[in-house]
Amino acid sequence: MGAIYRREIGAFFTSSIAYVFLAVFDIICGFFFTMDNLASSSVNLAGVFSTMFIISIFLIPILTMRLFSEEKKQKTEQGLLTAPVSLTGIVLGKYFAALTIFLIAVSIGFLYGVILSIFGTMAWMTLFSNFLAIVLVGGAFIAVGLFVSSLTENQIAAAVGAMVCLLLFFLVDLLAARLSSVTWLQNILYDLSFYTRYYEFTCGIFNLSSVLFFISVAVLFNFFTVRVFEKRRWS
Amino acid sequence: MIEVRNLTKHYGDKKAVNDISFTVNDGEILGFLGPNGAGKSTTMNMLTGYISSTSGQALINGIDILEDPIKAKSYIGYLPEIPPLYLDMTVHAYLNFVFDLKKCRLPRRSHMKDVMTLCKIQDVENRLIKNLSKGYKQRVGLAQALINNPPVLILDEPTVGLDPKQIIEIRTLIKRLGKNHTVILSSHILSEIQAVCDRVIIINHGVIAADDTATNLSNQVTTDHRIMVRIDGEKPAVLQAIRSIEGIEYVRADMEREKGVWEYEIEAQPNQDIRYEINRIARENNWNILLLKTMEMTLEDIFLKITMGEQVQVKNNKGGNE
Repeated sequence: MGAIYRREIGAFFTSSIAYVFLAVFDIICGFFFTMDNLASSSVNLAGVFSTMFIISIFLIPILTMRLFSEEKKQKTEQGLLTAPVSLTGIVLGKYFAALTIFLIAVSIGFLYGVILSIFGTMAWMTLFSNFLAIVLVGGAFIAVGLFVSSLTENQIAAAVGAMVCLLLFFLVDLLAARLSSVTWLQNILYDLSFYTRYYEFTCGIFNLSSVLFFISVAVLFNFFTVRVFEKRRWS
Repeated sequence: MIEVRNLTKHYGDKKAVNDISFTVNDGEILGFLGPNGAGKSTTMNMLTGYISSTSGQALINGIDILEDPIKAKSYIGYLPEIPPLYLDMTVHAYLNFVFDLKKCRLPRRSHMKDVMTLCKIQDVENRLIKNLSKGYKQRVGLAQALINNPPVLILDEPTVGLDPKQIIEIRTLIKRLGKNHTVILSSHILSEIQAVCDRVIIINHGVIAADDTATNLSNQVTTDHRIMVRIDGEKPAVLQAIRSIEGIEYVRADMEREKGVWEYEIEAQPNQDIRYEINRIARENNWNILLLKTMEMTLEDIFLKITMGEQVQVKNNKGGNE
């Protein structure tokens, strides 16, 4: 797992995906930080963190698209799968590599906190809660992206597929809002909604069930990815 | 040591490998021979745990590849048909990665140096793999298999894409490795198998068609009673004379090799040595025999014969390069 993790981190930077991801992510965050906080003299970072959620939907697929599809295309997966490592080790190595790049990107939130604390009183606990939330959401998103990447050998298909999946998790909200007549379905959809759960965090509400929800999604999709390889081996 | 018992792989309805069994002893070099699509790579992929078998067992040093894959895989160095190289890494970084991936405990620096020297890739150590030629890539692939010094080496067409000089180098290297490793190598280049391997398994349509030493395989089908001869004499007269020898099954004037000299292919009844008779008729008619040889079968002929059944006539040496 360690070897794969280190290789992936290296590959993120040699393939310049990490630079593109970090730059685009933080430029967009910076724009909203300037608008919502600096220009309107507010110390409330909720807007910036909401933005992070939206751009994660579009940028995380870029981060995860090549992780398995490239291996399949270049036939390098054969090297991994015949090496004395477990499938879980392979999947988690890649998962944590992507998560590390994502962590670097979102940790810019702390820089905003430091800047704002110069001008006013910063609610640090809310910032921590926000940070935890975006990391949990990112962790779940990356697991989904990684899973989609393991299904195809085409990077573009992996990226688009992951974007569609993540958008669906997001759009579940809109669907739920329209379903006020069928309460039980509406409740289920709201429970599945990533954004509703995330939104609570940006308001400063720490909900343990949401934490478990995001971790479960991440574990579940990583498990699916392992199953994809297991299944391919047995077919 | 590798033990394969009744290994079978189905892809849907298609049987890619059908109930094959063999054993490779320590320090043996086994050649895996077969036409494209015969099931060579499938068998190797099953041995290395890349794909599972439908039924049957593969034991590496006594450990079942499906029951304890991690331990079994740690005994194997595998060079797949397409070497698993990360093109955007340098050779050095890549081999370092493989070193970590295999959880190798040997002293890193000296082991890496040994492997690179063995495969002759020290001079490209710091180049990106994507910029290397096919031959170098192949050798990096081999180096990757050698890392951690595994007792079992499985090489799928290791000399593909190399120039003749490199092929000889790799063969020598494999021979040297064969002294203290168990090696399985696949190829459809027969001379390669003949040059390197102690034992040959010919596989066709997913089943083992032959399993023997290369020499035995040739001997098995030697043909004393089939000869090729060049005689300078009038063709009809020569043909008639040969036909008059007792026990001749078949004679054919192949072609005029030199002016007035024809080449004849003769087949007598089995176990009958007709060389003396041929000499006798030549002496009687004052012809000269310019060439006489028995039609030994090369591994190539055997291969064709086994893999294509009876359609292929056994060819003699001179015509064996078609």
